[in-house]
Formats: sequence, structure tokens, C-alpha cells
Amino acid sequence: MAKYIIKRVAYMFISLFLIASFTFVLMKLLPGSPLASAEKLSVEQREVIYEKYGLNDPIPVQYVRYMGNLAKGDFGVSFQFKKADVTTLIVSKLKYSMILGAQALVFGTIVGIVLGMIAALKQNTIWDYGSTVIAILGVSIPSFVFAVMLQYVFAVHWEFFDVGLWNSWKSSVLPSIALAMGPIAIAARFIRTEMIEVLSSDYIMLAKAKGASWLEIAFKHAFRNALIPLITVLGPVAAGLLTGSLVVEQIFAIPGIGEQFVKSINSNDFAVIMGTTMFFSVFLIVIILIVDILYGIIDPRIRLSGGGK
Amino acid sequence: MSNDVKNFPKDAFDRITVDGKHAEKISKPSLNFWQDAWLRIRKNKGAIVSMFILIFLVVMAFVGPYMVPHDPENVRVSHANLPPKVPGLEKLGIFDGEGKLGSKTVNLYELKKVEEYYWFGTDSLGRDLFSRLWKGTQVSLYIAFVAAIIDMIIGVIYGGISGYYGGRVDDIMQRVVEVLIGIPTLVIVILMIMIMEPGIWSIIIAITITGWIGMSRIVRGQVLKFKNQEFVLAAKTLGASDSRIIGKHLLPNIMAIVIINIMFTIPTAIFFEAFLSFIGLGLQAPHASLGTLINDGYKFIQYQPHILFFPAFILSLLMIAFNLIGDGLRDALDPKMKD
Repeated sequence: MAKYIIKRVAYMFISLFLIASFTFVLMKLLPGSPLASAEKLSVEQREVIYEKYGLNDPIPVQYVRYMGNLAKGDFGVSFQFKKADVTTLIVSKLKYSMILGAQALVFGTIVGIVLGMIAALKQNTIWDYGSTVIAILGVSIPSFVFAVMLQYVFAVHWEFFDVGLWNSWKSSVLPSIALAMGPIAIAARFIRTEMIEVLSSDYIMLAKAKGASWLEIAFKHAFRNALIPLITVLGPVAAGLLTGSLVVEQIFAIPGIGEQFVKSINSNDFAVIMGTTMFFSVFLIVIILIVDILYGIIDPRIRLSGGGK
Repeated sequence: MSNDVKNFPKDAFDRITVDGKHAEKISKPSLNFWQDAWLRIRKNKGAIVSMFILIFLVVMAFVGPYMVPHDPENVRVSHANLPPKVPGLEKLGIFDGEGKLGSKTVNLYELKKVEEYYWFGTDSLGRDLFSRLWKGTQVSLYIAFVAAIIDMIIGVIYGGISGYYGGRVDDIMQRVVEVLIGIPTLVIVILMIMIMEPGIWSIIIAITITGWIGMSRIVRGQVLKFKNQEFVLAAKTLGASDSRIIGKHLLPNIMAIVIINIMFTIPTAIFFEAFLSFIGLGLQAPHASLGTLINDGYKFIQYQPHILFFPAFILSLLMIAFNLIGDGLRDALDPKMKD
């Protein structure tokens, strides 16, 4: 196990190193200047600004400096915002994205589990078909389409919520629901298949035979065993939330990382783009690593030392 | 009913001769793999309905732009922002060209003295949304299919080589994959698209740059499973070359899983295209794709929700259809792979 973890962590660092280098190269290839109106400045003024941000140094020097700073957790300075270093910027935006993501994940997983359990316990009834339809819709329809639809129906048409304003918990309701559709669908599908499999096993028959009540069988015996493998799918789900939140945040004008990222893309803010890319990558890679390790610990039947899946 | 056999007349019985030849006779026609799969998928209502929807959408994507006398890229400012108007349906009080002007509901077609019918209305530049929608569907489908095929080709070659040759080759190739798989797809896609000229091919390249990894892993797993089986050994013993073994014996066996995987790659590609276009990194005007149409519609969500509704609906329909067909194919081709 220890050997496996060390190996995985090593790969993680290689991946991150490659991403960092790749991002750096791409940013250097990127057409356009980060200065908002570069044409208006005189050559001297431009030189001064480039000098200040170290953009005049040879590319290898810039690269080494960038990687060195990264190792210290310093993502550089934003070109877009005055005196804002990227790390502080990301941290200040992180709160909103985290709230949103956590809400969506918790809400989505719970609803998904409930739907999946209903579907499995009442297999081939209208309940089962209903929850299957919800699951298919959730898997298929992109979260940003959901977000736009929800915004139109509940905020523009019926005016239950504000359109694109972040002030209280109420503003987070619609985006959380939009983001939760993915987790709902994935959890519901997964729990349904797992439950059906577990429900047909011998120990459930034994529980029935000894006269355990329906509720007891569903929760005490079946559900707990169906829940373990759900952890494996929660990792990619969390990653999916991040993906979705890029646009969903923009649609609902939530001052989170996703919205910031899209804004930086549109304004060529190299430092913020690189910083956010690195942040996303670290986040995703670490989550997947944790999930893999957790799975090995929870379910000892999985032998990880054989070198991955 | 009487059990008394003796009461039956003798001629009611017929002596049959036991013929050894008939014992081994197969009464049903022999089915090959695909016929068998078709029998199974036919029972899956969702997949069959999706197949018809998909065929309809694909046909419309090519025929749709020519069904109306409007060019999808033709700008006519005097016809801007018209609501949908369909001949026939207008008498029922729906799709009759009425829309909001300020707070009043008026017939905008009469107001602007427009004689033509715009079935799905027009956008802010007066472009016909019906032909634009199908043109956009065509572009989205094109991007998705090409991306899926490129993913398949790279994935099958990479996974095939890695799995078939094994040993050190496999080791090195798998280390590369393990590093690549750690890179978040979305981030790479966005970065790639930023440095390339916006257009169909940069979207395809961005999507395929990490898209083949999943396919290559699946193919490698399958090749590993099959390459040590007896029929491959037999082929080797008979002196078949590597390329013959791969092409004639291994590929046909892994084809089912490759096809299933493609059915899930296509909706992913459609999603990425729509996603990129929605955040403004996709196709540039005047070209349309489902993503750019949704983005355009989103800007006018408050006053003209129909601009958003149609492309969002078609996009959702496409995604659902592909997913259901994928599920159906998976159940039909490989019952063991059920999720």
C-alpha cells in the first residue's frame, strides 16, 4: 500500500510538472498582449511595463523563475487587477466556488441516493422508470443548459429568484440545483445497480427469512453495502462539478474561480490563467488520488499494489 | 381425459423412425454476432426510439437549411428579432408571429411589414433561426463525429501496440498515459483552443488531444485479454504475421467495445464543443454551432426565450439519444459490461 501511494504521488508530481511547463509554453505562444490597450502606449512605456513584470527576459529565464515560484506556491501577479497576486485572488474567490460545489455535491448525492434506492426497491414500477428518466436527463443534458433553463423559468419568468446577483443563500439555490443534476444522475444510476445486485444476494434472503422488516433490510443490510463503491464515482463527480461550475458561475454571476477563469481568458491575463490552471489541476489530481487510496482502504478486496486498475 | 390408450384406434398413431441425422440439426438459422446483437437491442425501447430521433436529427441537419428560402448566414437587419411564425399553426394562436414590444403584445410581422414566414423566428441580425439551427446541428455533429473517429484511430493504434507487444514497450507507453491521464481535460482543451485560430479544426484538435486516452486504455485491456487465447496461438502456430493477427483476429473481437466507447465519445465531444462556444472560445460568427446558438440565445433570454429554447432542446435531444443508444449497445453487445 505504502509503495503504491509513493508511486502515485510521484506520478502526480510528474503530471503537475508537465502541466506547468505545458501551460507556460502555451501562454508564451498565445497571440495578443496582456496589456489592455498596448497599441496606445509608446514603445518606451511598454518597455517599462514589460521590464517590471519580467517579460523582457529570455524565455528560459522566465521559465525557471516561474517554476521556482510555483514550487513556493506563488502564482505570480495578475495583470488585470492592481497589486493582486494570483494566490490571494484565487483564495478570495475559492470560498464561493467551494460553497457552491459542496452544496451541489451534498444535495446531489443525497437526492441521487434516494432516487436510486427507490428505483431499486420498486424495480420495474413507475417509480423506477421515473428515476431512470431523471438519471438519463441528468447524465445527458449539460449543466449549463440546465442552468440557463432554471434561470429562465424561476428567475426571469416567475421571478422567484434574482437574476445574476450574489447576496444571500437564496442566490445559491438555482446554481446549486443546476450543478447537482450531474451528481444526482450518477449517484442514482450507480446506487440502483448496486442495490439490485446486493438485494439478490444470499444474506438478504437470510435477513428476509429471519423476518427482518422491509425497512431494516433496505437500510441496514442492502444500503450500507451498496454505498461503499459510491466513493469511487464521487471523485469524478467532484471533478465534474468543477467543470460545470466554470459556466454556471458565469451564468449566475457568482464571484467564484470559474467566473474569474473565464474572465481572465477573455482578457489574456496570463498569470491568472496559469495560476488557475495549476490550481484546478492540483485539485483534481489530489482528489482522484485520495479517492483511489480511500477505496483501497475501505474495500480490502481491492489489491492496489498490482500497479493501478 | 382418458388415460386408456387402448381405446384409441390404431391408425391414430404413426410410427416415426429415429434418424441420427436429425438429432444434430439446428432448427434456427445461425446468427452472427451482429444479428444476435440486433435481436437484443431491438427489445430496448429507449435505444430504438433514440435511433429514430437520431436519424431524424441527422437528416434534418442536412435537409433543414434548404427547407426554407433563407440562408443561415444572411443578415437582414430589417427583419431582426422576429418571433416564430409557422403557416397553418398561426391560426391556432401559437407561432403566429406575436411578440412583446415594450410591454404590449403585438404582431411584429405586421408591424415590420414582413411577408415571409420565419418558422423559428430571427435573431438580432435578422438571420433565420430555423436554417441556422440545422446548420449549427450539422456543424456540431461534424465536429463530434470527426473527433470521435480521430480518438478511435489514435486510441486503437496506441492501445493495440501497447497491449500486443507488451513488455518494455507497454511499460513506457503506459507510464506516458498515466501522466497524461492526470491532466484535467477541460483545462487542456481551453488552453489549446486559446493558442489556435478559432475554427472547427482547432476545436477538433483540442477535443482529441486527450480524448484518445480512454479509448487506448480500453483497447489495451481487450488486447491483453485476447492475445493469450488459443485462437491467437493457433494463428501464430500457422505462421500468421503480427499484422494479420492484429487485423484479422484481434480487431474484430474488440470492435464491439470500441463501438460502444465511440457512442459515449460523441456526446462528450458535442458537450465540449457547446461548452467552448458558450464561453466564447468556439466558432466565430457568422458560423453557427449548437453552442454558439445557445450563447446567442442566452443574451436575449429575457425578451426572446425562443432563440435559446430551440438549440438547447436539440442539443439535449442529441445528448440523450446518443447516451441511450450507447447504453442499449453496451447491454446488447457486451452483457457483462453493464454498469
